[in-house]
Amino acid sequence: MAEVILKNVSKRFGGTQALDDVSMNIPDGSFVVLLGPTGAGKTTTLRMVSGLDVPDSGDVSIGGHSMKGLTPAQRNVAMVFQQYSLYPHLTVRENLAFPLKSPLLKTSPSEIERKIKEVSEVLQISHKLDNKATALSGGEMQRVSIGRALVRNPAIYLMDEPLSSLDAKLRADLRIELKRIQANSGATLLYVTHDQIEAMTMATHVGVLDSGKVVQFGSPRDIYENPVSIYAASRLGQPRINVLPADLFQGAPAKAVSIGLRPEQIVQGKGDDSIVTRVEHLGDQTRLHLSIKNHDLITVTDAHTELRTGDIVKIQPHKPFYFGADGARLA
Amino acid sequence: MAQIMIKNVRKDFGSFNAVKSSTFTIEDGEFFMLLGPSGCGKTTTLRMMAGLELPTSGEIYIDGEEVGQKPASQRDIAFVFQMFALYPHMNVGKNISYPLLSQGMPKAAVKKKVSEVAEILGITDILNKPVGGLSGGDRQRVALGRAIVRDPKAFFMDEPLGALDAEFREHMSQELRALHDRMKATTVYVTHDQLEAMQMGDKIVVMNHGVVEQFGVPQQIYDWPATKFVAKFIGSPSMNFLDFNGMVGIGSSSVNMHGVEFKIPRSREGAKGQLTLGVRPEHIHFSDTSKYRGRAIASEYLGTTQIVTIATPNGVIKARIPSGQKVEVEETIGLEFDARTVTIFEGERNRALISEANEGVLKHG
Repeated sequence: MAEVILKNVSKRFGGTQALDDVSMNIPDGSFVVLLGPTGAGKTTTLRMVSGLDVPDSGDVSIGGHSMKGLTPAQRNVAMVFQQYSLYPHLTVRENLAFPLKSPLLKTSPSEIERKIKEVSEVLQISHKLDNKATALSGGEMQRVSIGRALVRNPAIYLMDEPLSSLDAKLRADLRIELKRIQANSGATLLYVTHDQIEAMTMATHVGVLDSGKVVQFGSPRDIYENPVSIYAASRLGQPRINVLPADLFQGAPAKAVSIGLRPEQIVQGKGDDSIVTRVEHLGDQTRLHLSIKNHDLITVTDAHTELRTGDIVKIQPHKPFYFGADGARLA
Repeated sequence: MAQIMIKNVRKDFGSFNAVKSSTFTIEDGEFFMLLGPSGCGKTTTLRMMAGLELPTSGEIYIDGEEVGQKPASQRDIAFVFQMFALYPHMNVGKNISYPLLSQGMPKAAVKKKVSEVAEILGITDILNKPVGGLSGGDRQRVALGRAIVRDPKAFFMDEPLGALDAEFREHMSQELRALHDRMKATTVYVTHDQLEAMQMGDKIVVMNHGVVEQFGVPQQIYDWPATKFVAKFIGSPSMNFLDFNGMVGIGSSSVNMHGVEFKIPRSREGAKGQLTLGVRPEHIHFSDTSKYRGRAIASEYLGTTQIVTIATPNGVIKARIPSGQKVEVEETIGLEFDARTVTIFEGERNRALISEANEGVLKHG
């Protein structure tokens, strides 16, 4: 495994600036998740590291070596795409063995067998090893394509939304497994998703991308508890952070334009009156839709709350975030 | 708008039985969710209500009138397919008026009706705009406008938000629900997403393998599932199942699992053999004094809370605890379950035993 460094990487596609001076250190053994909406530059960043695309300017290095001019094959990276791509004429076992049979690696047959067994158990596909790859469900095919990356020992694993096609239960299982494999093996992983749960639960570091720029890079807890901007704060947290005019409540600093309130930053029972506009029982918690001075916000309350639409709830900010006119964090 | 009653409805496709004897009632003005995994029969049920499929047996009442064997055109309902399918060459107003003009309604009446609908949906100011440049939210409003302009008895929607990414979907579902609250139109909505169902629905029917597993108010279904399937399908992470061999007597208020006595809501039924104790992740608490112990396998940070995966003598479970609470992987943890919330399931039939806590929900479910 190796450290991966992107230095001032820029990339244009026609009129679109896909990446704008991106610099990022992916430490050896880290699990870095790139987070952002469609078009933020997540997948392009991944393709820069893999060699499927080359930067217009700037440099990518893996393990201290510049990757300039090197093809994907020469970079020793393992990729998993959103859309699985298996060898249809081979069985699951043969698909998994394929990367190890490369003459460069000289893996012994018993070692190959051991690896396949290990990986297929983790991914819950051991019972399908002798099936043709095409005789699997979509979820199983995706697990095989993840498995095909995991049997190798590359400098870095690159994964582009590998879990998004799986059902909720399997996704939850594989989140834990991927994290466990990564933590135990010390593998370096660069992972693209727009699912904030995946980012929060698996990442050692999250890179928040906005229109081709890295706007924040830090641990999930950092980004959740100490976001640099409204944009970064809105990436993590369910329900989403409420952003309201700063002067709605007392105590805003001079230059503050907006106040950011996560549910835990809203104290219920004291402060100003708000009216309940909707009560959503989600089972483990209840979401309260409130309106205060004609501004809407959403917070969370006890699952079995007695509150109903039309009730008055007093609310008060508690250690809120303040943002300036450009959306940058002030306090 | 109307009440819809489904009575013993069954549908066979050749030798395949898609829906087995479904019975439930959708009240006037309700936002009603048909929830289940793919292949459970939810879409078939909706299509039978709409008249796109005819039931093999059973009755469907819309507003008291039996319509089971009538074609869709005679049922006066609006089926909203893909939300954003609009006529691209027409402006917003023309898109909305089209269904009325094609019915032969006089121009003046159409105009009045369209402006009424536009008012409700808050799109009066974009009536003359082409649909091409509209935001997703406006497109949804226009698509809905085209459906309500006919004053149908009910709206039927089949996973209308399925193709959207998470952020946009959340926004659209809120908007859709707000529109419903304003229009009070009876709406039947098919989804496989339990959170969407909980969030938007007044009532939910949970289906599996063509069978209605449970029918009721979202929070009650979450708290008191009738079957293991419902317990597993609703909630994320889902309800934990601790399997054990033991017994519960009529009137018992505890069970013995792995040599430890656990308090449960007083049981109204007796059972023995393979049983399952069901407990939600947020009802598991860590306690140094508990004799029931597990080993932490993983902890997942989620902002306010964290999910801790724990290996216990009766299987792997997940607990939801505040993220400030320290948990080390491999640490041994004493576990307590909130006794008022526990459900006991019978092993063989996967059915919840009736207790003093869930009888109110399950007796008329």
